[in-house]
Amino acid sequence: MDNSRVKAQPTSKGLLAIFWLYVLIPLVWGVSNTITQAMKLFH
Amino acid sequence: MSSVMNEGSSPAYGPAPFFSKEATYAKPGFSRWMVPPAALAVHLCIGQAYAFSVFNVPLSRVIGITESAPDDWKLTTLGWIFSLAIFFLGISAAFAGKWLERVGPRLTMFTAACCFGSGFLVSALGIYTHQIALLYLGYGVLGGIGLGLGYVSPVSTLIRWFPDRRGMATGMAIMGFGGGAMIAAPLSVALMNTFKSATSVGVAQTFVVMGIGYFVSMLIGSLAIRVPAPGWKPAGWTPPTTASKMITRNHVHIDQALKTSQFYLLWLVLFLNVTAGIGVLGQASLMIQESFKGSVTAAAAAGFVGLLSLFNMGGRFFWASSSDWIGRKNTYFVFFALGAVLYWLVPQLGASGNIALFVLAYCVIMSMYGGGFATIPAYLADMFGTAFVGGIHGRLLTAWAAAGIAGPVLVNYIREYQVAHGVTGADAYTMTLHIMAALLVVGFICNLLVARVSDRHHMSEADVSSLAGNASAAH
Repeated sequence: MDNSRVKAQPTSKGLLAIFWLYVLIPLVWGVSNTITQAMKLFH
Repeated sequence: MSSVMNEGSSPAYGPAPFFSKEATYAKPGFSRWMVPPAALAVHLCIGQAYAFSVFNVPLSRVIGITESAPDDWKLTTLGWIFSLAIFFLGISAAFAGKWLERVGPRLTMFTAACCFGSGFLVSALGIYTHQIALLYLGYGVLGGIGLGLGYVSPVSTLIRWFPDRRGMATGMAIMGFGGGAMIAAPLSVALMNTFKSATSVGVAQTFVVMGIGYFVSMLIGSLAIRVPAPGWKPAGWTPPTTASKMITRNHVHIDQALKTSQFYLLWLVLFLNVTAGIGVLGQASLMIQESFKGSVTAAAAAGFVGLLSLFNMGGRFFWASSSDWIGRKNTYFVFFALGAVLYWLVPQLGASGNIALFVLAYCVIMSMYGGGFATIPAYLADMFGTAFVGGIHGRLLTAWAAAGIAGPVLVNYIREYQVAHGVTGADAYTMTLHIMAALLVVGFICNLLVARVSDRHHMSEADVSSLAGNASAAH
């Protein structure tokens, strides 16, 4: 194959940030809910 | 025929089918940091399986609504849904491994999305028509297959993108499996509360929403996933030039891996680590309440279980990442040695009334339980190379399915035996925990016996070149 014909497409930093937020927001929400529940142990 | 060349540039041989492996080769400039969220988009969904128990009580009141009616499903009947799902997770992961390596992660993840999403929809139909067989077929069979395919599909891709940090990369994805339940549990409760009415417990509607939501999220993951082009390596990274005894630079074929003692030793390593952890995880709430009668309420015990979930999830990332520095074998030595000591000490900590140390011991135990899951793919890659690591990992996951049966059965059987012989309260767990400590000692020995795979099992250079050649030609 001729690699020179493959066009470079650098990943957009914005897209990268959005994609990470897409998975981290629900994860953080779930973790914070669990922490709230876990706090009952210390009450 | 390839994709990388053909997408957006002058096609040389015509476009590769969108779901083919060739279509997922990354173009120059693609950031490998796009791959972990793609994997997480799948693992955060399938991690819902650990939260399935929130549906048990509502599903047992589909007809009676406020309480179980005579025609309602019994909890024992409903328990089979989850058991079937875990069984089919193990079966699909084991048998689809070869297919996964051939077709690539995108089609596997897409298939997982279809199975997992449709599993919810078929189950919803089962609730509407009150046919338990549809729930078994839906969540149990279809959902289970989706779980298995979804679990293994991004792992080998991550290992190839992060040859310098294999443990951290797989730890991130498998951490998502632990975190998925933390999202699903409150989400399920919120949705059921939204949909419930005087005539419905709201589970069927919740299943429809979750099925569609999970399908879309997993679809996004499958569309975003990319595999590195043949010969790609991280900028500025050079593979170690000195040969490491426990990290091979060769590759073992998936079928050949099953002929090595290392595969079975690692199977036992995972099986024993999971058996010990899963056995006490299901009993944790009861155990802390009986160990600290009067000072730990049911609500506090629920908090304890939540805390264990956090350590289970965090341990997946922490231990797998640590294994990049201290080595996989040493990481499992820590799991087995420290685990055995802690399991042995927990009854004494309970008897001494020291809640803080009791909780801390359990948290460390659970972190190592999660860490065991997350570190094993990198351990396999070190031992068998990366060419077939996804498929080999899938076959090794049968250890998880076996431990899922052995752990709870062992704990329940020992406890019943103890109670039948007049042992009561927290004392009924002492023997259980000591037997778990003994299992971890056996695991330590199995890990000790793991040595490098003999050269006779390695693929020949011609075979490896042929694999790479196929990929290059496609690329």
